[in-house]
Amino acid sequence: MANAPAVAAQSPTRSRSTTANPKRHSTERRRQRVGWFFILPFAIVFVVFLVAPLGYALYLSLFSKGLATGTVFTGIGQYVTAFSDPSFLKGVWFVVRFAVVLIPVQMAVSLGVALVLDAITTRFARFARLMIFLPYAIPAVIGAIMWGFLYSPTFGPLEQIFGAFGADAPFPLSPENVFGGLLNVVTWQWAGYYMIIIYAALQGIDPTLYEAAKLDGASAWQVALRIKIPLVSSALVLILVFALIGTLQFFTEPQILRPSANGNISPDFTPNIYAYTQAFSYANFNYASALSFALGIVVFIAVYIFLFLTRKRGNLFS
Amino acid sequence: MKTSRTVLAAISAAALIASLAACSSDGGGGGTTSADNCTNKIVNKDAPVVSVWAWYPNMATVVDNFNNGHDDVQVCWTNVGQGLDEYNKVQTAISAGKGLPDVVMLEADHLASYSIQNALVDISEFGANDVKGNFSEGAWKDVSQGDAVYAIPVDGGPMALIYRTDIFEEYGIDTPPTTWEEYAAAAKKVKDAGGPVFGDFGSNVPAVTMALQIQKGAVPFAYEAEGKKLTIKLDDQASKDVLDYWAGLVEDGLVGTEDQFTTDYISGVVGGDYATYTSAAWAPGYLTGAGVGEGESSGVWAVAPLPQWDPDNPVSVNWGGSAFAVTSQASDKQLAATVAMGLYADPDSLEDGWKNQVIFPLNQDVLTSDEFINNESEFFSGQTANKDVYIPAENAYKGFVYPPIITYYFAQLQAEMVKINAGEISGSDAATELQADIVKYAKEQGFDVTE
Repeated sequence: MANAPAVAAQSPTRSRSTTANPKRHSTERRRQRVGWFFILPFAIVFVVFLVAPLGYALYLSLFSKGLATGTVFTGIGQYVTAFSDPSFLKGVWFVVRFAVVLIPVQMAVSLGVALVLDAITTRFARFARLMIFLPYAIPAVIGAIMWGFLYSPTFGPLEQIFGAFGADAPFPLSPENVFGGLLNVVTWQWAGYYMIIIYAALQGIDPTLYEAAKLDGASAWQVALRIKIPLVSSALVLILVFALIGTLQFFTEPQILRPSANGNISPDFTPNIYAYTQAFSYANFNYASALSFALGIVVFIAVYIFLFLTRKRGNLFS
Repeated sequence: MKTSRTVLAAISAAALIASLAACSSDGGGGGTTSADNCTNKIVNKDAPVVSVWAWYPNMATVVDNFNNGHDDVQVCWTNVGQGLDEYNKVQTAISAGKGLPDVVMLEADHLASYSIQNALVDISEFGANDVKGNFSEGAWKDVSQGDAVYAIPVDGGPMALIYRTDIFEEYGIDTPPTTWEEYAAAAKKVKDAGGPVFGDFGSNVPAVTMALQIQKGAVPFAYEAEGKKLTIKLDDQASKDVLDYWAGLVEDGLVGTEDQFTTDYISGVVGGDYATYTSAAWAPGYLTGAGVGEGESSGVWAVAPLPQWDPDNPVSVNWGGSAFAVTSQASDKQLAATVAMGLYADPDSLEDGWKNQVIFPLNQDVLTSDEFINNESEFFSGQTANKDVYIPAENAYKGFVYPPIITYYFAQLQAEMVKINAGEISGSDAATELQADIVKYAKEQGFDVTE
């Protein structure tokens, strides 16, 4: 903070005459260089592990390779194939439907829990917060494997629970139920994470607002609906964008649950699984790269639409 | 204040550097033939090392036998999984151009997929034909393409019908079915009397379906490496008939539809949910390893020859097995070929193989030995399974032709089987759909396709 005015004072002098204060100028330069130096480790990792592979994948997606032929330059041919591939489109349709159902459910659950926890101030609240956040601390793969066993007709508890009522237990990964089965796993895993973010945003609200509302005769419910939610709406938009991006790239849970699903989770169930199968089972790296970028385009469009719809007043509610 | 801050800075810097150093030293292990990351111990530290990927648990014994018996070369073994797990890794290493071991254990059906990508070495140039006489005609045909030999067979999977004697007794099935007609009739009899399903049409084992179609006379693929010529015939009458047959059994509720090789399936097998298991000679080993044959499921197993369509012209088919292939990424191909021919070929390893791991070795020394022929199988309550069922099946086996697009074909066949199990499609329509899909794929991949 103390440096800011000094830096601001330097800039006008710099543009007028660089020779006027050579010492200050070189200090400025050195400070900038040191700054870059600190960023360097992250920048190297970022370029090597993110930018370079992305560039290489983009390069690969411009080619086409058959098992019996060599590599041929096809330009956007792979993208045309991708967007007209019924497997890809089917996968996109699934993740869009999944996102449309999952995100409101997740938001409702995490918002509800955050509001409740905000209202309670006993020790139970802290314990409850930890317990709800715990699933997020479990790696997604482990969580999915665990749910695979819970869903198993032989080893899961469903048979016993439904048997107690004399009914037949449903198979959560059957073709009809797989949507709900996956919904359950993802909500369990992520609701805690979103809850913490909303809870943190709630902590940032000025408590005098609550006092003013109570003076005006607002009930707890009205306080939650009319004051708390609108004021955390920017945090809500943020996590909604994250959730949207993450859900459209749905991969881990269905991939892990494939062996338990009796074939109901196909190799093209979601676009990411399809790209994975193309790359590592069929060695079709070029097409897989094109699929990944095609999915990226879909995500980009979806997020753009979403942000456009929520941009009007920066709020979700009036 | 200043001193403590400097001290703190110095300590954290030292800690960081120390941790970085620790990271880099653990990372180690350069090439695949470094002797650092083997599961087994290297006996002769001076000899050159050949790396091997193989999935059988008793490879530990086999590799030790080899290393103890050889001064000229040592084996470094890793288990990278089996089935799709291993194939994904192999394919990725091929695409990356590095990462493959010198010798890799593969099922014969995947050899063409990798030889077309020039990932496997034709070991006929390295003396493979010296051991040709050790194997049956069918076994050798599976690992060859014309004159080229791409792997040395280890074990095979001649198919037969494993059944539960207690269920057959309870529901009055006196003799195991010898034809598929009898199979369906027996299935109905058991089901009508309130018994369990007769078998399992698992979608995740498409290799079984392919074998059963070939049994009826289908010739799904013909492949010529020269000119990349691929003949695809997946919708001929025999293929359709077999799929229709099993679709009928599924529709009538006479067979189960669970995926095999899962914990759910095994617990079903133990609990007597399936009267039969259409499987291969390695199945007793797999079942025993999974815990079947003990406790409530002990002493109730027997095996009969696979039911036939035409009892006068029986056809023998194969499911799985394994073979050692030499990869093109091997640094010393001759040495790798020596290992491929010698590993799992010595009497001790073979004996451990068929006695403990319960595999079905393809080495004729074993297949013609009295001990193996007259072996009374513990799993089958003393039945001389080899003499009665498996050896005749293996001797009659003529070998298959596998296409280089096997991974894609199996995935699509699996998808069709899922549809059949869900009752969404008939067997014939599934065969037609499959033919169209595979032909399209093969053309896209640049093959010269004949239908």
